[in-house]
Amino acid sequence: MAESTMKPPKKAFHPIAWMREHLFSTWYNSLLTVLVGYLLVTSVGPLVSWVFLDANFRGSEPSDCTGAGACWLFVSQRLNFFIYGFYPDELQWRVDVMFILLAVAFVPQFIERFPGRKWLGLFGITGLPVIGYFLIPGGLFGLETVESTKWGGLMLTLILAYIGILASLPIGILLALGRRSDMPIIRGLCVVFIEVWRAVPLITVLFMASVMLPLFLPEGMNFEKLLRALIGITLWQSAYMAEVIRGGLQAIPRGQYEAADALGLGYWKKMGLIILPQALKLVIPGIVNTFIALFKDTTLVLIIGLFDVLGTVQSTVTDPAWQNVAVEGYVFVAFCFWVFCFGISRYSQNLERKLDTGHKT
Amino acid sequence: MGNSMTEQTQTPETQSAPSSQEDKPDIIRVEQMHKWYGDFHVLKDLNLTVKQGERIVICGPSGSGKSTFIRCINRLEEHQQGKIIVDDVELTDDVRHIDTVRREVGMVFQHFNLFPHLTVLENCCLSPIWVRKIPRKEAEATAMEYLERVKIPDQANKYPGQLSGGQQQRVAIARALCMKPKIMLFDEPTSALDPEMIKEVLDVMIELAGSGMTMLCVTHEMGFAKTVADRVIFMDGGEIVEEAPPHEFFSHPKEPRTQKFLQQILQH
Repeated sequence: MAESTMKPPKKAFHPIAWMREHLFSTWYNSLLTVLVGYLLVTSVGPLVSWVFLDANFRGSEPSDCTGAGACWLFVSQRLNFFIYGFYPDELQWRVDVMFILLAVAFVPQFIERFPGRKWLGLFGITGLPVIGYFLIPGGLFGLETVESTKWGGLMLTLILAYIGILASLPIGILLALGRRSDMPIIRGLCVVFIEVWRAVPLITVLFMASVMLPLFLPEGMNFEKLLRALIGITLWQSAYMAEVIRGGLQAIPRGQYEAADALGLGYWKKMGLIILPQALKLVIPGIVNTFIALFKDTTLVLIIGLFDVLGTVQSTVTDPAWQNVAVEGYVFVAFCFWVFCFGISRYSQNLERKLDTGHKT
Repeated sequence: MGNSMTEQTQTPETQSAPSSQEDKPDIIRVEQMHKWYGDFHVLKDLNLTVKQGERIVICGPSGSGKSTFIRCINRLEEHQQGKIIVDDVELTDDVRHIDTVRREVGMVFQHFNLFPHLTVLENCCLSPIWVRKIPRKEAEATAMEYLERVKIPDQANKYPGQLSGGQQQRVAIARALCMKPKIMLFDEPTSALDPEMIKEVLDVMIELAGSGMTMLCVTHEMGFAKTVADRVIFMDGGEIVEEAPPHEFFSHPKEPRTQKFLQQILQH
């Protein structure tokens, strides 16, 4: 094969030509462009002025909010409650430490060349939850105990989502493998588990966990509401995760299983080294979709009396001292969720690109 | 069909197999083996003894059960009746026996079945490291040796998806060899290749045959059969129809079914 010395022709960028090609190529395209342009101008303009230009950032009293714009004072005044819930002020450094560790572990994941990125990620899914387990509730190493009923706000949302995500993935993998197992008992148990949990709405699961479960438990054995909610969320989420992963397992051609068998790899090595890495890679979009759905579903804990970030905001917008601040509050909540969900989504896209070895079996 | 076994032992060695195999031990024994897919009788009363270092080519029309047969030898397919004994281990439901046999039997597939998420070198090292528990350094050195032997050491750090079909199949051969198997099974190794790539794979296989490896090869490459095989087995309808050294098989086929098959494939 002779090396070609010819380069593809360079394409210069001409704004006018580009617009003609992409925005005004036909009469209906031109019409759409004008229409969309009109809508953008009429909606974005007022939005920007409400959020930024006319908004009130200075002051501390409700009376400081004047003008037609958003009253961000409400959010900044109540920010402490939105982030920490009822966590005691003087102990909030413990939560801050966790926030910082979370950032240290996961922000570098977006920077391709960050040194030790892998180790930080590994710390994020192993060391971080362990530290959190001791630091947030306290009670050991001379740390003052903070009961989980006092946890709330964004911190609670992150705890629920983070542990739900972290625990549901391995359980989901095991369930998916079990459902495809040759052993009838294991397969049957997994099918029943998945079908039962998946058929129940999360609200019901949470209700069961908080109201019904204590009735069934023996006298004296009672664990915290938060823990029960967490277990409910995790198991419910695992059932979904299992089905997503099963889709990936089914997409792996039989030849891969046979090649692994022929090389003498046993079941767990075959799955762990050959099948799962490929299957999980295939279903990253589905897994991330499930993660994001879980992240947002954590807001449902409101109905069992836990105050996540939405719950804390909702409980303050009715404060008579602040009038008409509901929109600001909900915009703030939406922004919090968007930041995290968008982050998860971007990371998954990076991951997909990085893992693509350019070969579809 | 019934007397093919006795015939085989009486025939003299072919020119390509100078060493005498009479005194070598049996490495594979298949005795009265049957297999069914549901009610369909795919393999009927197969008997075959392979001596160490023997090269056997299995041919036959499609659907004759030849692939199924060699896939039974490392238990990718299960047989329901009769015995298969590989390297003194009988293949039964016992997983430990199956694992023992699979460690000693390498297999090359029609569609390569390389692991697309691993590099060529990782493909080759995987099993030696995880199954044979060989240290990574040593496994990599062995892998490079075999990649050298199949003439693609320069592709070691590429992914399978970046290689041509012929290169992928040579990697697959190297991957199987890295386990230092006693037996190599080839299941139509050149059928999925473009014509210009068949030779590079056959050359590797011929070289391997010359090194004394026990080989069972399902193929339609009659040229290959003539050059390297000690015996050619013709299967049709799940039976071994005829079994003979290549020169005899190609020049004086005895059974009408064999004659018809040879006519069809050697016409062009």
